[in-house]
Amino acid sequence: MDYLLLQVLNGVQLGLLMFLLAAGLTLTFGIMDLVNLAHGSLYMMGAYIAWTLIGWTDSFVLGAILTLPATFLLGIVVEAVVMRRLYARDHLDQVLATFGLILFFNELVRVIWGPAGKSISVPQFLSHTVDILPGVPYPAYRFAIIAVGAVVAVLLAWLVARTRVGMLIRAGASNRRMIAALGVNIELLFSLVFGLGAVFAALAGLMAAPLTSVKIGMGDDILILAFVIIVIGGIGSIKGAFVAAMVVGQIDIVGRAFLPDFLKTFMSNAAASSAAPAISQVLVYVVMAGVLIWRPTGLFGQRT
Amino acid sequence: MKIRLFGPTTIMALALGLPAMAQSPIKIGFVSTFSGPQAAIGEDMRRSAELAKEHLGGKMGGKPFEIVYEDDTFKPDVGKQKSEKLVQQDKVNFVTGYIWSNVLLASLKTVTDEGDTILVSANAGPSQIAGELCNKNFFSTSWNNDQTPMAMGEYLQKKGVKSLYLMAPNYAAGKDMMAGVKRTFKGEIKGEDYTKWPDQLDFSAELAKIRAAKPEGIFIFYPGAHGVQFLTQYAASGLKGQVPLYQVFSIDAITLPQQKDLALGILGAQEWVNDLPNDANKKYVADFKKKHGTYPSFYGAQSYDAIMLIASAAEALKGDLSNKDKVRAEMKKANFKSVRGDFKFGNNNFPIENFYIQDTVKDAAGMLTLKTVATAVTAAVDPYASKCPMK
Repeated sequence: MDYLLLQVLNGVQLGLLMFLLAAGLTLTFGIMDLVNLAHGSLYMMGAYIAWTLIGWTDSFVLGAILTLPATFLLGIVVEAVVMRRLYARDHLDQVLATFGLILFFNELVRVIWGPAGKSISVPQFLSHTVDILPGVPYPAYRFAIIAVGAVVAVLLAWLVARTRVGMLIRAGASNRRMIAALGVNIELLFSLVFGLGAVFAALAGLMAAPLTSVKIGMGDDILILAFVIIVIGGIGSIKGAFVAAMVVGQIDIVGRAFLPDFLKTFMSNAAASSAAPAISQVLVYVVMAGVLIWRPTGLFGQRT
Repeated sequence: MKIRLFGPTTIMALALGLPAMAQSPIKIGFVSTFSGPQAAIGEDMRRSAELAKEHLGGKMGGKPFEIVYEDDTFKPDVGKQKSEKLVQQDKVNFVTGYIWSNVLLASLKTVTDEGDTILVSANAGPSQIAGELCNKNFFSTSWNNDQTPMAMGEYLQKKGVKSLYLMAPNYAAGKDMMAGVKRTFKGEIKGEDYTKWPDQLDFSAELAKIRAAKPEGIFIFYPGAHGVQFLTQYAASGLKGQVPLYQVFSIDAITLPQQKDLALGILGAQEWVNDLPNDANKKYVADFKKKHGTYPSFYGAQSYDAIMLIASAAEALKGDLSNKDKVRAEMKKANFKSVRGDFKFGNNNFPIENFYIQDTVKDAAGMLTLKTVATAVTAAVDPYASKCPMK
């Protein structure tokens, strides 16, 4: 029972981290109709910028907070310099251009921070464990990720559902041309959405950094998973991204935690322990394929 | 295709004759990881190889030599390409380096068979090459992957540890390491996890499983940057202080600056430790420290030995490396002062050597370092040697 609870928490923590990354991706894809492969680079930049700022301020919290406006600015600049030229182009051009951006950012990091990875330590006040049940400790830092992720999810839900900007975002997601025709400053809206996406990606990157490590290309692996999430959730839907991220987080943990033992019930130990990692890697793609057969536009996607 | 053997280069070499050969320097190719998160390992190896060059005065058997470094970027396909380039384009006399078993396995045939060039692995020791795939052109200055965990397993067995939980990355070396510890540790294996390599850096699910399994010890193999992550998360999970951790290749001079005090008191096994009391080692460690301000790692020690081994063969043949049979015969003698103490090559060209148990401590200056605390096994032969058809 404790074990199950721990694994569910691990899944929630992973899911919330993935949600932060997927939220920006689904907004830019859904509203701006832009396939942004370089979203993972913003995740990486967030971690590297945070590493520098934490070093300067000598405080994790302060460094992390300062990273957010810095990456917002970075997002705005990338949007103005590169993305704006791509909206009118087709998806293939966007894929090419944003793939180029990945290479650019990886090289930029190599020039600025060097080829070796960096590490951010877990802040002192979060480096202990908290008992979720008597005698069942859980790392405080992972709790902090869950808390921050949940707060951001609530804020985002409020922003999208209750504010004027949110209304425009929702309108943009369902019919872009119409809101432009109604006289909404679409350029400003796009800049804002892209900047916001960059902030979320950076937040995910900097929070993941103490658990994993800050390295070149760290966003590239996780980006694929983020795309899977927005496809499962339905492109453009924040709610979909949230639900899908939770599902993917749990699937990943189930694959790692329970699959090997399950396989061992009918396979040899050696076969099970080498098959389990392979199967758990493809599990999310199987789920994605299943969802697409059942609902081709994703769980919460716009019906066309 | 055979005709190409007598192409322009051969004719030129014939025309210029032997004097030209005598002038040309000995070339050693060095394949390692010099970029990405594991670049620190490659850098330590390069520093040690350069130190060996300095100690040799830049000469082997009276001839100058140069080392050509190539970056495998931590990928088997790139490692193979770079090895091919060294052998075919640079026409090196030896290739050495190789941190990763999967990179070495991908590159082996290109160097030893297609290129008929001698390869000295300065780290990777996959079981295949120790066994059926053993090769007259392959030598190791490290170990077979199984051996270090076997030494640790033997130590834990003697210590009376009743049960272990095993964790390693899911690739060639990870599987060899876990197979190794199971050869000598006879207690209960409470669980065994292989994690995605190299992209999985989050071990939360596995640490929760360990907590539920309640083993008497955890045994891990997480080299380089992964060792740093594992130790951080092991400490954060609260398991530290409840279930002791034992490791191979997860705490070394390169990872210690990042693992800091978290590494104190965690035992590991190794064939070389920086405090081994022989003259070659004292000189190597002291000069390395003087130059770089840090202790060398075992990766570095093995690289230093690789260059010294090659130099011993070149010395014996007075720099004439034209007869490969003679070169191989000289290499096999291992007639040099190894920093681990003298060793012999087995039939499969892997060292027959001692393994030690090491602990993390602080030196007089407060710097974290490793210290020998026991000898785990002496003159150990790897378990695959009997499968190798070479005598």
